[in-house]
Amino acid sequence: MSQEATQDTTRDRPVEATDRSAAPAERLLDIEGLSKSFGTVRANRDINLHVGRGEIVALLGENGAGKSTLVKQIFGLIKPDHGTITIKGDASPIKDPKDAIRRGIGMVHQHFQLVPVMTVAENMILGHETTSRGVLDIEGARQLVRELSDKHGLKVDPDVEVEDLPVGTQQRVEILKALSRRVDLLILDEPTAVLTPQETDELLTVMKELAAGGTSIVFITHKLREVLAVADRVYVLRQGGVVGEVATADTDARGLATMMVGRDVVLRVDKEEATPGDDVLSIRDLVVLDDRQLRAVDGFSLDVRAGEIVGVAGVEGNGQRELVEAIAGMRPPQSGRIDLLGKDITKANPHDTHVAGVGHIPEDRERHGLVASYSLADNLVLNRFSEKPFANGFVRDFDEVRKNAEALFTEFDIRAAGVQAMAGSLSGGNKQKVVVAREMSFRPKLLMAAQPTRGVDVGSIEFIHRRIVAARDAGAAVLLVSAELDEVLSLADRIAVIHGGKVVAEMPGKDADRTEIGRLMAGDH
Amino acid sequence: MEWLKRNQITVGAGLVILVAAYVFYAVNSNVATSMFSGAWFFAVPLVLGALTGVVGERSGVVNIGIEGQMLVAAFAAFFSAAATGSLIVGVLVGMLAGIAMGAFLALTTVKGLMDQIIAGVVINIVATGLTSFFYRPGKVLSANMPQWEVPLLSKIPLIGDVFFQSGPIALFALVSVPVVHFALFRTRWGLRTRSIGEYPSAADTAGIDVIRMRLVNVTIGGIFAGAAGAYLSMEATGGFERGMTAGRGFLALAILIFGGWRPLRVFAAALFFGFTNALASQLQGVISIPQQFITLLPYLLTLIVLAVAAGRVRAPAAVGQPFVKGEGS
Amino acid sequence: MADPRDEPSDGRPATGAVATETAPPPVVAERGAPPPPTGVLGLLVREQSIIVPIVAVIAALAIGAVLIRAQGVNPMYAYQSLFSYSFGTADGLRGTFEKMVPLILCGLAVVIPLRVGLFNIGAQGQLMSGAICAAAAAHAVREAPGFLIAIIAMVAGILGGAMWASIAGALKATRGVHEVISTIMLNSIAAGLIDYLVNGPLKDPTQSYPSSYPAPEAAQFQPLGFVPIGLPIALVLAILVAWMLRRTTLGFQFETIGRNRHAASYAGIKLGGMIVLAMAVAGGLAGLSGSIEYLEIDPYRYQDGIAGSLGFDGITIALLARSTPLGTIPAALLVGALRAGSSTLMFNTGIQPEIVDMLLAITLLLVSLPIIAKLIFRRHTAKSSALASSWGS
Repeated sequence: MSQEATQDTTRDRPVEATDRSAAPAERLLDIEGLSKSFGTVRANRDINLHVGRGEIVALLGENGAGKSTLVKQIFGLIKPDHGTITIKGDASPIKDPKDAIRRGIGMVHQHFQLVPVMTVAENMILGHETTSRGVLDIEGARQLVRELSDKHGLKVDPDVEVEDLPVGTQQRVEILKALSRRVDLLILDEPTAVLTPQETDELLTVMKELAAGGTSIVFITHKLREVLAVADRVYVLRQGGVVGEVATADTDARGLATMMVGRDVVLRVDKEEATPGDDVLSIRDLVVLDDRQLRAVDGFSLDVRAGEIVGVAGVEGNGQRELVEAIAGMRPPQSGRIDLLGKDITKANPHDTHVAGVGHIPEDRERHGLVASYSLADNLVLNRFSEKPFANGFVRDFDEVRKNAEALFTEFDIRAAGVQAMAGSLSGGNKQKVVVAREMSFRPKLLMAAQPTRGVDVGSIEFIHRRIVAARDAGAAVLLVSAELDEVLSLADRIAVIHGGKVVAEMPGKDADRTEIGRLMAGDH
Repeated sequence: MEWLKRNQITVGAGLVILVAAYVFYAVNSNVATSMFSGAWFFAVPLVLGALTGVVGERSGVVNIGIEGQMLVAAFAAFFSAAATGSLIVGVLVGMLAGIAMGAFLALTTVKGLMDQIIAGVVINIVATGLTSFFYRPGKVLSANMPQWEVPLLSKIPLIGDVFFQSGPIALFALVSVPVVHFALFRTRWGLRTRSIGEYPSAADTAGIDVIRMRLVNVTIGGIFAGAAGAYLSMEATGGFERGMTAGRGFLALAILIFGGWRPLRVFAAALFFGFTNALASQLQGVISIPQQFITLLPYLLTLIVLAVAAGRVRAPAAVGQPFVKGEGS
Repeated sequence: MADPRDEPSDGRPATGAVATETAPPPVVAERGAPPPPTGVLGLLVREQSIIVPIVAVIAALAIGAVLIRAQGVNPMYAYQSLFSYSFGTADGLRGTFEKMVPLILCGLAVVIPLRVGLFNIGAQGQLMSGAICAAAAAHAVREAPGFLIAIIAMVAGILGGAMWASIAGALKATRGVHEVISTIMLNSIAAGLIDYLVNGPLKDPTQSYPSSYPAPEAAQFQPLGFVPIGLPIALVLAILVAWMLRRTTLGFQFETIGRNRHAASYAGIKLGGMIVLAMAVAGGLAGLSGSIEYLEIDPYRYQDGIAGSLGFDGITIALLARSTPLGTIPAALLVGALRAGSSTLMFNTGIQPEIVDMLLAITLLLVSLPIIAKLIFRRHTAKSSALASSWGS
C-alpha cells in the first residue's frame, strides 16, 4: 500500500465513477451509537452511520477494524451491546437474519453461505421455499433462477451443484440469492477478495446498475481502487470506530490510506541494492495438483539466488498456495523438479526440507504456523523439537527450549506475558512475529514467506518487512508470495508474475510498472 | 426421470436383485420365501435403527447411541406391555422411549454442546446400566403380536409373502423407508434438514433456526430406534433379555454408512445383510463357512466400503460439529 | 462463518483432554481472551481437571443413593458395605486391585489416542485380541518354563492388541476412515473371529462350554498377598505413559497432532506414522491387559465374558481421568472398588450388582457434560472440540 502505488490506481479506474450529483434523499439505514464487545475486545465503538436510497457506501479498513462485525449486526447475525439500527424509520431491534431479510436487507457473505452439495436452484429457495401439497416446487425454483439471471445479466445454470462452480460464479449465485427477495439494502462483505480483476470489474458494474435501480449498497473492502471506483461515500474504520467519513469525490487514495492507518503511510522499505549470489532454489516445470485434483501449478519454473528477494505476484488462487506447499514438502508434486542448493528436494517431506534449510512462513499461521494451546516456547521450536540442544535423543530439554524462546523474544520484539504464555492469547502481529522468529532463527538458506503480513498491524508489518530484508542481506534466498501487490513491489528485487499456475513474466523489482503487472496478473499477456 | 438418473445405482441394483429373487422363487418357492422372510426379519430393526441415524446425521448430529436407544426402547416396550397387558401401549411406550433417548442426545449435544461421539457412548452405557439394573425376569406378554395381511399386496407372489404378511412394526418399517426418503429429498423439511447437516451457517443466514431444527429432528428421529426396540422385544422374540440388542445398533450404524445416508439404499443394504445371514443358516452344513464369519460380514464390508470408497461415500459435511450462533467467522 | 469444506480447527485439545499436566496457565493477552480469573476461582479453574470428576462422582453416588433408597435400602449402609468390603478386607482389596489392572491399562488405551485427537472405542476388541493371542501363544509353548510362557503370552497379547488397533490407525492414516466407526466395527469383528476360534481351532475339547486351553499352571500369576502381579505392571506403565507424553519427543509429536494436526504436518511430524503408532501403543496396552486377565484371573482361560465391559469401562476411566495418564489410577481404583464390591452389596442388601453400571453411567454422563464444568466455572472453561468430525470419509 505505498503512496505511489495507490495514487496510480486513482488514475487508472477501470469503471467510471458514479454520478455523485444526485443527493440521496431518503435515509434507508441509520445507525446511532452502535457498540459491540467480544470479551475485552471492543469490536465496534460508538458507530454512527447512515445510508441513503440508491447510495453506494464503502466501509474501508484494515483486517480487524470491525467492518464485518458492523455489517453482521445490520443483518441480525449478532446483537449489538448498545445503540440503534434504524431501517426505513423502524428502529426495532433486528432479531435474526430472517427479520433482516423481511425488512429488505440482503447480504452476500465473504464466505459464501451456499450449501455445496445442493443445486443452485435448491440454494436459491432455501429458507423461503414454496411447496405444492407438501412437495417442494423445484421447477419454480429453476424458473426463478432463470428469471433473476436474465434480469440482472448474471448467468448461472440452476441445476449445477454449487461445489462444481468456480468461485466467481458462486458469488453470482450469492448475489442472485440476495436479490431473489425484495432487497432495499444489499450488504457485500469483501466481495472482491476472491475475484480476478475482470470479475471484479464486472461486479462493480453490476453494483452500479443495482444502485441506479434504487438499491442501496454497503460494501466492505480494503482496496482503495474499488472504493474510488464505485462508492458515493466511504466510512473509514479503525480499531472498531469510525475515524472518517468522506464523499469519494472529495478524497483520493492517499487521503483514504492515511485515514485507514492513522498516520502518513510510509511502507516503502529502505533497502540496499541486492547482491545476488548462486542459485539456491531452482524450480523446473513443476506441476502440482490442488485438493480437487486440478493442476493448480502447471509448468512453473523459477530460480531464486542467495541474497535476493523474488516476489511472486498474482491474483489469489493461481497456484501460489500449492506452489509454496510443494516447495515446503507438504504437497507432493505431480511432475517437475525442485532443487535446493543442487540437491533434489522434489519428493522431500516437511522435515526433510526443514533440514535442507528451508524456512517457511506459512500463509495460514493459525492453521499451520502455530499450536494455539502450546506455550510460545514450544511454538518457537515447533519444527526443531527433536534437534539438539532442544532434545537429547528421545528426551526433551525444557531449559534449552526456554532459553531459545527468551533470546528470540528480545530479538524479534515479541510482546507477550512471557515465554510460557499460550500462543492463542497473542495478537495477530505477535503471533506472526513468533512464526517469523522461528523460521529465521535457524538461518535458513531459503526463506519462503507466504502472505507474511496478512492480518497484521502496521507496526508489525514494518518490523517483519525489515527482518525479511535483513535475512536477504545475511545471504538467504527469499521467496515472497503475496496477494498484496504493493508488498511485492516494495520488497522484491525481482518479480515473477504467476497466472494459471505458471510464470507469465519476470522483471526486476526496481521500476516495475504496477499497471503492467496488474494486466499480466489478469492473464492478459 | 431425473429421480431415476440420480438413483440409477439403487434402482438398477434393486431390479437385478428382484429378477434374481424371482428366478430363485421359480426354482424353489418354499426355500426362496423362507430365506427372504428370514432376511427381512433380520433387517427390520436394522432399517429402523438406521433411519434414526439418517434423520440425525442428515441434521448434523452423529448418533452412535442407536444401540442404547434401541435397548432402552426394547426394555420400556416389553415391560409396559407386560404390566398393562396391552400390546399397543407397549409399542407406543417403546417409540416414546426412543424419542426420549433422542431428546437426551439432542439436548446434551445441541444444547449442552457435549461432544456428539461421547454423548453416544454415554447413551449406550447409560442404556446398559439402566436396563440391567431395572430388569426383572419372569414377565411375559399377554398375547403375541398380531400378523397383518395387507389386502391385495399380500397376494403378490414372494414379495407379498415376505413383506406384506407381517407384524405391525415390520410394516411400519416398510412404510417408513419411502416416506423418510421422500421427505428428505422432496419436501421443505428435507431441504432444510439437509442444509443444517451440510452447512448450518448457510441455513442460519437463510433464516432457518438450526438449533431448534436439530433438536426436533434428533428427538423425533428416535421414534424409529424406539420402534426397532419394540420390534426386538415384542414382535421378534416376545421377551426382554439384558443386552438383547446384541450390537444391532452398531450394525444399523454400519448400514447407515453403507447405505450412504439415503433411506432407500439403507433399506437395500439391510436386506443384503439379512439375506447373507439367511443364506448362511440355509447353507449350514452344506458348505463349511463358519456361521461366525457370516455374522461379522456386515462389519467387515462396512470397513472395506469406507476404506475403498473414501471420498465417494460422503457423510453430511457438518455432522459432528456443534453449531453456535454467531461463532466461527 | 466457517467454510464447511475446511477441516474443523484442531487447535483445541480434545474434550476431556484439558491437559493441566502440560498446558501452562493462560496469561493476560494483549487483546483477545478475557483475563484469567485470580484468587480462589483461579485455583479452581486451574484445578478443574480434578474438581469436575470429583463433583461428578459425588453427584453420581447421590443419585445412586436415591435409587438404592427406592429399593427400600439405607444408602449409607449399602455404600458402607460395598466400600468396606472393597477396601477393608483382604479378599476385597485383592479384588479391587485385580479389577484395577485392566481398568488402568484400558484407560491408558483410550487416553493416548485422545491426546492425538482420536477416540478409541475399540479397547474392548483390543483387549479380546490380546487375550486370545496370549491364550494361543501360551498353548503353543506350553512345555516351556512357566515364567517364559508368561512372558511369551504377555508379548503375544501386546502384539495382538497392537495389531488389532493398528488396523484402525492405518485406515485412518491412509484412507481417512473415522476411528470411531472402524473401532466399533473391529470390536464386532474381533468378537466374531474369537467366537469362531474358541469354538474351533483353539477350543479345549475337555470343556463343554466354548473355552480356550488353560494357561499352564506354572505360568499363572499368583498374587503377592493381596497385590496381584498385574498391579505394579499397570502402575509403572501409567507413570511411563505420563513421562512419555510430558517429557519425550514422541509425546510432543502426539500432543502436537492432537492440538493442531495441520501445524504438526507443517512442522515435519509424520501424521500417518504417528497415528498408527499411537493406536498401536494403545492397542498394545489393552492387549496386555487381556493377557494379564488370562494369566491372572481364574479360570485362567479365554472364555466368553473374559472382557466383561472392561474395554468400555476404559472410556469412562479416561474421561474421569480428564485424559491424563496418572488420573487413570484413582479413576480405576474407584471403578475397581465398585465392581469388586458389587456382589457383596447384592449379598448384604439384595441390591442388583448392575447398580454399578448405573453409577458409572451417571458418572460418565456428568463428567462429560461440559455444562457441569460451566455451571461450576461459568465461562472460564475450555471449549470442547469436535471428536466427531470428518465422519465416514
